[in-house]
Amino acid sequence: MDEPKKIMHVVRKAPHGSIYAYEGLEMVLIMASYDQEVCMCFIDDGVFALVKNQDTSGIEIKGFMKTLGVLADYDVENLYVDQTSLEERGLTEDDLYVPVQVRTSDELGKLMHEQDVLVPQ
Amino acid sequence: MKIGILLKEGPYNHQAADTAYHFAKAALDKGHNVTSVFLYNDGVLNVSKLMDPPQDDRHIAERWSELGARGVKVLACIAASKRRGIKDEVLVANSEITGLGVFTDIAIDVDRLVTFGD
Repeated sequence: MDEPKKIMHVVRKAPHGSIYAYEGLEMVLIMASYDQEVCMCFIDDGVFALVKNQDTSGIEIKGFMKTLGVLADYDVENLYVDQTSLEERGLTEDDLYVPVQVRTSDELGKLMHEQDVLVPQ
Repeated sequence: MKIGILLKEGPYNHQAADTAYHFAKAALDKGHNVTSVFLYNDGVLNVSKLMDPPQDDRHIAERWSELGARGVKVLACIAASKRRGIKDEVLVANSEITGLGVFTDIAIDVDRLVTFGD
């Protein structure tokens, strides 16, 4: 079998207001079942996707917090978060629903460079 | 070079569909192997033959159909299509509905996956 490819999904948009983060997550779960090295990176408003205690009942849209919780079961264990994006939004790691790895923009740039495939969501 | 394209926006509202088309066409003309265009999010709306733009405007679905006739697989994601009313009966010629598994195979297979979106 060929060497697994390194695939990074980059979540850039807020979890609600558009469907990008939601459908992005659906794509991640499918790709993760293909035995590739799948990871995710959250930058800009994408970091809001990870904030805990989200309640979408008021907007009558199905949330995806539970899906974030099962990522580890799909071997998507590396969730990278941009430090600057967190700080700009007044967030810390403690505000997030799942364990993440906070990285500087430079470090994320290097990680992106190491990937075979980048999928902006 | 073997190239795959991911298009994440619908026709007309965003320029992404136009840019993706021009990129794919230019790459083919230069002799590259553009294996497939995968349509995701609102991108699936690109292959609806129901669109009927003014005569002096480009017909985006027909453009994709032309690329399909040149051997590029034009593929709409089934999950995204179901949400947006895209079914086999509304597909423009030379396009088809398929799953994210096929997209994963494309991402693994190509030398470069190029994404067009907002």
